Amino acid sequence: MNGDLALEAINVVAGYAPELPILHGVSAHVEAGEVVSVIGPNGAGKSTLVKAIAGLVEVTSGAVRLHGRDITGREAHRLAAEGVGFVPQTGNVFATLTIHENLIMGGAPMPKSVAMERIREIYGMYPVLQERMHEKAGVLSGGQRQILAVARALLTKPRLMLLDEPTAGLSPTAAGELFDVVRGLSERGAAVLMVEQNAKAALRNSDRGYVLAEGRNRLDGLASVLLSDEEIGEIFLGQRRDAAGAGGAE
Amino acid sequence: MILQHIADGILSGAIVSLGAIGLSFTMKLLRFANFSHSELLTWGAYSALVFLAFFLSFGGFLGGTIGPFSFGPALLLAMLCSCAATSVIAILLHRFVFDRLSRAAGQMTMVFASFGVALILRHLVQLIWGSDPIYYSNALQFAILLPGNVRVMPDQVFLLILTMFVVAALHLFMTRSRTGIAMRGVSENPDLARVSGVNVDRIITCVWIIGASGAALGGVLYGTTVQLRPELGFGLILPLFAAAILGGAGSLYGAVLGGLIVGLSENLSVMIIPTTYKPAVPFLLILAILYFRPQGIFGERSR
Repeated sequence: MNGDLALEAINVVAGYAPELPILHGVSAHVEAGEVVSVIGPNGAGKSTLVKAIAGLVEVTSGAVRLHGRDITGREAHRLAAEGVGFVPQTGNVFATLTIHENLIMGGAPMPKSVAMERIREIYGMYPVLQERMHEKAGVLSGGQRQILAVARALLTKPRLMLLDEPTAGLSPTAAGELFDVVRGLSERGAAVLMVEQNAKAALRNSDRGYVLAEGRNRLDGLASVLLSDEEIGEIFLGQRRDAAGAGGAE
Repeated sequence: MILQHIADGILSGAIVSLGAIGLSFTMKLLRFANFSHSELLTWGAYSALVFLAFFLSFGGFLGGTIGPFSFGPALLLAMLCSCAATSVIAILLHRFVFDRLSRAAGQMTMVFASFGVALILRHLVQLIWGSDPIYYSNALQFAILLPGNVRVMPDQVFLLILTMFVVAALHLFMTRSRTGIAMRGVSENPDLARVSGVNVDRIITCVWIIGASGAALGGVLYGTTVQLRPELGFGLILPLFAAAILGGAGSLYGAVLGGLIVGLSENLSVMIIPTTYKPAVPFLLILAILYFRPQGIFGERSR
């Protein structure tokens, strides 16, 4: 964290149809080098928030700013070129394309020579991708798919990375590896906004957190505070149910 | 006899393949069945007629013929120009009809709109050029005798070679170029392509250009082997859809293979059923593929 405000979402109203908004004035901000989680029950509007920031869902009112510049309503491909990386929850790789072709897709906003140089760097960071570069992405395991999805989004050296439930369906080991990748991103100065169902794990790996419910801000604060707050835990993290051995919201 | 039917099937299949490539791509990318696509073959064929007259007016080298073929450099240039002209028509249709409808209405509306567009395009051809058959050339051609007593016209050999060249070029484009890879990516997951930085609108425009150019080539080549009529494309609508569905929406190789299967099936069917039933063969193929493998030969099953 360096105090540089990377993302500001101010009173964002958004949804898949203008007359049926899912977000009713949600606000959030992320500083450069910070990892921020967005948690909340199903239907809270968490995924809609990151999609609205990424330009995939129309923002009908409010504003989104990237490093102080208004990017509200900008097309998704332009946002990618301006340094917004997005890893969706489902369909996060092009299953019918090879791993190498997936990375080429990620380099679309850059000149070809720059993209190829970046792909070489990505292969250096994730050798498993280079080893299997000619294989179809559809044959990868869930964890490897997430690594490829993050790698694709990393091609443009994003200043803001949006992750929609990155650990969904992953084994605890693979989820841990993915959180390491997220930490690595923030250490390189990127701002990370991460939506997670696995609320406790997300907060453990975040600096701050926002709790959404029914498309509105409910709580926010330091991740450590949110994790230790009993009332919050009961309402949003299922801690009491965990304690009773009935599973939880993780 | 059977060899002659196979040769005829491959040759007619090549034309269907050229037309089906664009139809298959638009079906996958825009997710609707574009019944006006076959009219792009007609417009390709007729617009080449205009460009042919223009180039022939220069006389000299352009006015001659090449080797055993019925056409010369003028038709080859006209063919290229008709690809451009047909692409412009396709882009205009996309901008003013299909793109608007895709944002405001459902797929069924787009399908019905494509029927309307097909009618308009066909009758415009009739209005401009009339309904009498027209020929690119009145030059007489002599068939080439191949082993097995198979006879093919030199123009048909050119058609086959050009089709193979186009398919090879498209294969390289789709697998080696960033735009080609982006086309495949967009057809699989447009939203993921958008957040990856791909300008999906530009890719869709490329798809229309490729599809319309393929249709124009198919139309011109069909025109060299038969006569030009306003119903030229309409007559191919069923084979085109059969080829695209058979091969699998969005698959280049599927469209080519589908076209060849349709061409061969039509021509071989006349050995066992009366010729009048030949047009029903593509329809039977569509029914069979939808029953046994709805996603087509090369298509991915939707999950």
